[in-house]
Amino acid sequence: MRIVFKTDYMQDIRPWKDGYQLSLYLILLAVVALAPWWLDDFYLGELTNVLIWAIAGLGLMILTGHTGQASLGHAAFLAFGCYANVILIEAGVPFLIVFPLAGILTGIIGALIAIPALRLHGIYLAIFTLALSILMDDIIVLTEPITGGVAGKYIGGVEIFGFLVDRWGTPRAFYWLVLAVTVLVTLGYINLLRAPLGRSFIAVRDSEVSAQAMGVDIARTKTISFGLSCAVTGWAGALMGLYAGAFNNETFSVVISIQLLMMIVIGGLGSIHGAFFGAIVIGFLPQFLSISKEYVGAVIGGNTVAIPGLEFGVFGLILIAFILFEPMGIYGRWLKIRTWFELFPFYRKDMFRRQKSYLKTERLR
Amino acid sequence: MSLLELNNVTLKFGGLTAVDRLSFSVEEGEVFAIVGPNGAGKSTVFNLISRFYDPYEGTIRFDGHDLLQVKPSGVAAYGVARTFQNIELFEHATVLQNLLVGRHRHRKTNVISELFFTPSAKRQEVENREKVEEVIDFLDLQAYRDKMIAGLPYGVRKVVEVARALATDPKLLLLDEPASGLSVEETTDMRWWIDDIRRQMGITVLMVEHDMGLVSGVSDRVLAMADGAKLALGTPAEVQAHPAVIEAYLGKAS
Amino acid sequence: MDNVQLLISGLANGCVYGLIALGFVLIYKATEAVNFAQGDFMMLGAFVTIGLTNTEYMGLPFWMALPVSLGIMGALGYALDRLVIRRMFGESQTAVVILTIALGFVIRFVAGLIWGHEPQTLQNPLAGKEVRFGGLVLGMEDVAVIIVTILLTWALYVFFSRTKLGLAMQGASQNQLAAYYMGVPVKRVQGLIWALAGVVAGVAGILFAAKGSVDPNTGLLGIKAFAAAVIGGFGSLPGALAGGLIVGVIEPFASRYIAAGYSQIAPYALLLAVLIFRPHGLFSQVRVKKV
Repeated sequence: MRIVFKTDYMQDIRPWKDGYQLSLYLILLAVVALAPWWLDDFYLGELTNVLIWAIAGLGLMILTGHTGQASLGHAAFLAFGCYANVILIEAGVPFLIVFPLAGILTGIIGALIAIPALRLHGIYLAIFTLALSILMDDIIVLTEPITGGVAGKYIGGVEIFGFLVDRWGTPRAFYWLVLAVTVLVTLGYINLLRAPLGRSFIAVRDSEVSAQAMGVDIARTKTISFGLSCAVTGWAGALMGLYAGAFNNETFSVVISIQLLMMIVIGGLGSIHGAFFGAIVIGFLPQFLSISKEYVGAVIGGNTVAIPGLEFGVFGLILIAFILFEPMGIYGRWLKIRTWFELFPFYRKDMFRRQKSYLKTERLR
Repeated sequence: MSLLELNNVTLKFGGLTAVDRLSFSVEEGEVFAIVGPNGAGKSTVFNLISRFYDPYEGTIRFDGHDLLQVKPSGVAAYGVARTFQNIELFEHATVLQNLLVGRHRHRKTNVISELFFTPSAKRQEVENREKVEEVIDFLDLQAYRDKMIAGLPYGVRKVVEVARALATDPKLLLLDEPASGLSVEETTDMRWWIDDIRRQMGITVLMVEHDMGLVSGVSDRVLAMADGAKLALGTPAEVQAHPAVIEAYLGKAS
Repeated sequence: MDNVQLLISGLANGCVYGLIALGFVLIYKATEAVNFAQGDFMMLGAFVTIGLTNTEYMGLPFWMALPVSLGIMGALGYALDRLVIRRMFGESQTAVVILTIALGFVIRFVAGLIWGHEPQTLQNPLAGKEVRFGGLVLGMEDVAVIIVTILLTWALYVFFSRTKLGLAMQGASQNQLAAYYMGVPVKRVQGLIWALAGVVAGVAGILFAAKGSVDPNTGLLGIKAFAAAVIGGFGSLPGALAGGLIVGVIEPFASRYIAAGYSQIAPYALLLAVLIFRPHGLFSQVRVKKV
């Protein structure tokens, strides 16, 4: 049993509760930073992929998890960030300027798109963003002179202070680049959540009327949330482009949008952890499936056949299971397990019970 | 000059007149109650002051400002805080976070300084926290500080709503049925709190309430409404004795 | 004449969109949930009928397979509500949306396992027949699609606005608790609605498979139908059909008269425009939340 006694306001303001918790996270960071020495290149690449998805998840989490605005169109912003990054690099601008710029541009686009979307709630916003994601595909094809259209674009490595950072040539350097971005974005996110802006996001998510009554400007808050969310997503997109090396109009399809939303739901909406947990699931599920398929194939003696759609089918099942049995996602489950250990042996079964509520229409006049 | 002035305010929903040429003013430092049967338009008056509805005609002035010129979020910035009839708390946040949202109107930092959590952002957080702790002490919420709203009992939620409104450091506090659904003991607590809010904190209170015991116990003046219009205005005793009020509540004597 | 031909084929397509949209709206009207898997339901309905009718599968006579497959779809809809959706009672709309999207993935996967990924067509008595009408040559399937859709929409409309059960269903959506107190068996009503939506999806699937070919990814058509439902305004049955027809008609005309590349944008551009300027559809109800 472990109880943290609070003696100082800073304990609630700084990101960690006590030295114990801080040291755990520092150890985790050290282990991850040293990954190139305990992982082979293949799994290092997979880990890089997971981190990129985590950044994208953090981006969507700002908007959907904390501001409550469901977006089914974030692949459009991944695409924008990716293309902005590569096009500017091709124009000869150094990467260290291009990369931040790619995110900022995506953020500005996101904030601009938020303006007409401000009046839309729930399902209407979801379909609005879904349409954006579908249109992005066509827009990339139509702007072929800039984007390369269906033929797509290629990008080799980029140069940072004279060092070559390339997914294939120098996978370690690329991994550290991605890790650095992940850490910076996460720190910014943590800061956001302990400041008035992050709380106003939560306020807008939980009750727009009372947020207004507390002086939170709904339109402004949503626009900023869109902007920040899209900026982070843009960075993830830029990294995805570098990771993939080649991409075209179909790389960031609407399916990616849906996958991203599902990912943060599985991870746990409304928590930073959720984005990472979700990314781990989405990143390692294909590996896990192919390994278990081989295993099953070896046991029952059949040859391993490709089952199209298997990944999505399993993914869908996992998601359904989570929504039904653990709506707070992996993070929610993790919290319960942690509390169980911290309170041992005083954990009660209904500690996390949620109140049953009846749905009331929003169509009330 | 009065703190809050409503002048000839009318609101129509389609063909229905919800508020009918209503005028009244609230003086600084008083507790002003609005009473009336269900559907009399009491909460609608609050929603007009909060700018959720645009009046059809009339003016609403607060502390020398024309409220009709600002957005709903601007009302709080002038120092008007409110609670809601059907509690509107931020369900998936802790009590502390809820109260800290109340400090939003005092925010001096911007997006950039918050993203980097600069020393000024940190200082602001400590200040906010100190103010919020005062409110927590005042309303005896210490035990619930880190609890999620979603798991709290009804009576506590009601108090948290008042606390969140107080955290904004308002000049005028609008309480929409502060005692509805509360037990007798909780209502008594609420009565003393409202008294203290006025006396110790010097905050003017405008409330809608059905519980006549609470109304006559704390309020200086009472406005009785029916069908969106003013019936009577005066001290609690005067209003309770007013023939039009008795008629509205009990029906015409036959 | 050409334009009339385009119009008719557009209308026939639009009817299928309209029928899927009808499924969305049915469920939305009665439960305030949005079933993103409705398109996949349609695909499933098509495959179930193909599985019963086509000679390479069971080879049942078409008119016998029809009621059976509609029955299966209804039962599936009911079972889905019973096993999955009912547990979501009182959860947020967005959670249900995500759940049904996941459900769509699973349905697509299962359909692929059972019927494979090759496009297939429903063998039906109307195939290849034509109706001559003045100078027009219309496919019999197109005509059947239009007639069936109009009849079905009309029947549902009457059901919801006239019958006691239909009104109870509407009541159940507007305030579950109040409807419950008024003696409306909210849960059973919800189950019936999902069953009904399953049947409607089955009809749409049969019509679609008779007109063209289906494969497991056909369900993605649901997105277009969803656009149709939004254009028509969620919550209005005739609106859903109208939205479907609008989208259906726009498509062939856009691809005829607008430069390639721009034409497939048309339905979504319209959707965005509707959402921006009339957020609750062309035939909308007023929506303001009360405090």
